[in-house]
Amino acid sequence: MEWKSFFRSASVGKSIGLKVLLIFLALYFSVAFLILGIGLYPLLQKAFPNQDPLQLVNRFVLLWLVFELGYRFMLQTLPVLDIKPLLNLPIARRKAVNFVLIKSMYSFFNFLPLFIIIPFGIFCIYKAEYGTLNLIGWMTAMIAITQCVNFLNFIIKKKFTDNLKALIPAILSVVALAALEYFEVFEISFWFGKMMDFLVLNPYLAIVPIILVIALYKWNQLNLESKFYLDAGLKEKQQDADTRDFVWTKKFGALAPFLQQDLKLIWRNKRPKTTIYMSLLLLGYGMFFYPSDNYQAFEAFYVFIGIFMTGIFMINFGQFVPSWDASYYPMIMSQNIPMKDYLSSKAMLISFSVIILAILTTPYIYFGWNILLINMVAALYNIGVNVPILLYAGSFNKKRIDLDKSPFMNYQGTGAMQWLVSIPLMVVPMLIFWLLNFFIGFEVALIGLSGLGILGLLLRPNLMEYIAGVYRKRKYAMINGFKQTGE
Amino acid sequence: MITATNLSKIYGGTKVLNIDHLDIPAGQSFGLVGNNGAGKTTFFSLLLDLIQPTTGNIFNHEITVSQSEEWKPFTASFIDESFLIGYLTPEEYFYFVGELRGANKADIDDFLANFEDFFHGEIIGRRKYLRDLSKGNQKKVGIVAALIGNPKVVILDEPFANLDPTTQIRLKKIIKELTENRETTVLISSHDLIHVTEVCERIVVLDKGEPVKDIKTSEATLSELESYFSGEVGVTQAEEL
Repeated sequence: MEWKSFFRSASVGKSIGLKVLLIFLALYFSVAFLILGIGLYPLLQKAFPNQDPLQLVNRFVLLWLVFELGYRFMLQTLPVLDIKPLLNLPIARRKAVNFVLIKSMYSFFNFLPLFIIIPFGIFCIYKAEYGTLNLIGWMTAMIAITQCVNFLNFIIKKKFTDNLKALIPAILSVVALAALEYFEVFEISFWFGKMMDFLVLNPYLAIVPIILVIALYKWNQLNLESKFYLDAGLKEKQQDADTRDFVWTKKFGALAPFLQQDLKLIWRNKRPKTTIYMSLLLLGYGMFFYPSDNYQAFEAFYVFIGIFMTGIFMINFGQFVPSWDASYYPMIMSQNIPMKDYLSSKAMLISFSVIILAILTTPYIYFGWNILLINMVAALYNIGVNVPILLYAGSFNKKRIDLDKSPFMNYQGTGAMQWLVSIPLMVVPMLIFWLLNFFIGFEVALIGLSGLGILGLLLRPNLMEYIAGVYRKRKYAMINGFKQTGE
Repeated sequence: MITATNLSKIYGGTKVLNIDHLDIPAGQSFGLVGNNGAGKTTFFSLLLDLIQPTTGNIFNHEITVSQSEEWKPFTASFIDESFLIGYLTPEEYFYFVGELRGANKADIDDFLANFEDFFHGEIIGRRKYLRDLSKGNQKKVGIVAALIGNPKVVILDEPFANLDPTTQIRLKKIIKELTENRETTVLISSHDLIHVTEVCERIVVLDKGEPVKDIKTSEATLSELESYFSGEVGVTQAEEL
């Protein structure tokens, strides 16, 4: 059934292309992890000759787990079953829940650590003075812990994505522990490592993580079962309508009603609203790179960051442009809305977001004038070049977006896919900058990029005309695609 | 004035609509009846250029709908919920449609005042989003929105379905008033023979995409239609035997 919904969904072509890329990445990571797994023991022995490699690894287990939870939260897509059709079929509730949970156990992310754990464990059996049984106990424990992370991630996503605030205490405690660790007050990873060492000495203790897995599984099961009603999702929703009017948009004349519309769209629906929070959050991205001297020499990388920070809303929102309106696209198409106006208003909205984000990045001037300049140029490039590109790409969108769903849980949203699509948007200007900067100079590179941006702006009316034409041509396919509710 | 010539639509080898020639003069109230899959919604979707005709063309006041967007300003429609914007309140939706059709807020408020009866106090001022309304109430909003801004052509797909009896009667009154001055062409499809015969002056029966009957409504029309559809049942039953 799942296969069918995949092959029959509107964007098979795009999905397959991306799937291939994903499989390639998966293979790449598998091989990388395998090599790491095999090489880990000799490497550690060489680097720290007087320490036991196993104990060293044990000390980093906790750190790895936190990291793993983090990337799983961002990347792993949970198996989602559309429960509505199953509800009135004679399928036991528990069976369906079990299916979903067990399916998640086979996720690629669960196999990845195995590539390290098993070769490393085997190495330890042969090289170190531990017994075979002890290491089998260790390996079992590690595998069980991986599954723990899997189910923990599952429960976090299911239970808390609707209510991210409930997670704050958990995040705070993790941060607190990390801080304690950092300032060497209380080294939790050290104690966790000690526990793992103890486990190696007493292999029967591997039962503890296994019990933990079962407990988490049960928790998930109960949680999912309680949500297995149609109205579970409906209950809280009927909140009072927010009747803000965004009257100030009136200034924009013919485009005003559309802009107003889009603002309401963003403001009142979970999915697009999250893109705003994401944009603000990711403004901090620069903090990771600017303070470090490593990148100072390679300014092209700053272009990448600049495009990313000023354009994050553009990427997240623009990429799905017509899909946002999917649920009422036939109305948009048959109402008195010229295609060009519709698109222009989207372009305008996105351009504003770029300008606002660009203004918000100005404090980075603290790290140097060049950064401010690069960010401004990146913003210009985003408005001039990337906006039309994204809108053009949008015409190939045939996938419906359910506005109400939170982005983390559903396939249509953030996930590896989305980032892959946006790479060219950021890499191309980076390459242009790098080439110009390398062969001519910093100023010329800046002028080059801004030139492209201004050129894009000057050509905007013509480009919009052209893109509107493409949208008109693809209209029927889009309407048809948006009708498919499936994934 | 709506003209369809040589119009057909083929889905995967099956002809779902095949109309040689159909003229709907301006100001007519036109009813389309037929069983499920007869091609009613397909015809309306073609008329609104939501799907592409396999052959032929539809002209709406001399404008080829698949080639120009010029018909949009004077054509209004409500086909299904995909014509509603779920995250707006009904008022906002009306204002939005109004703005698209060149009517300002005050115009819309005046306009809506006429429909107080029809809404039965369940639509306006309830501070609810459209997506939270019941199906019937959503339909009411869609139908009324299709009447905003004096369109010359109004297209309603199954307007009576999902409505309660009181509202059905009110809707019939509204449609009759609309066509009274003979300036607005109204196109309606329905499964309910009684309702269509009451509001439409002309009724076309579609069967498997082919127009099989074209009737000018009179006293006898209802019984004629009823005997046609029950006759069809008789034929298929005979075939099965």
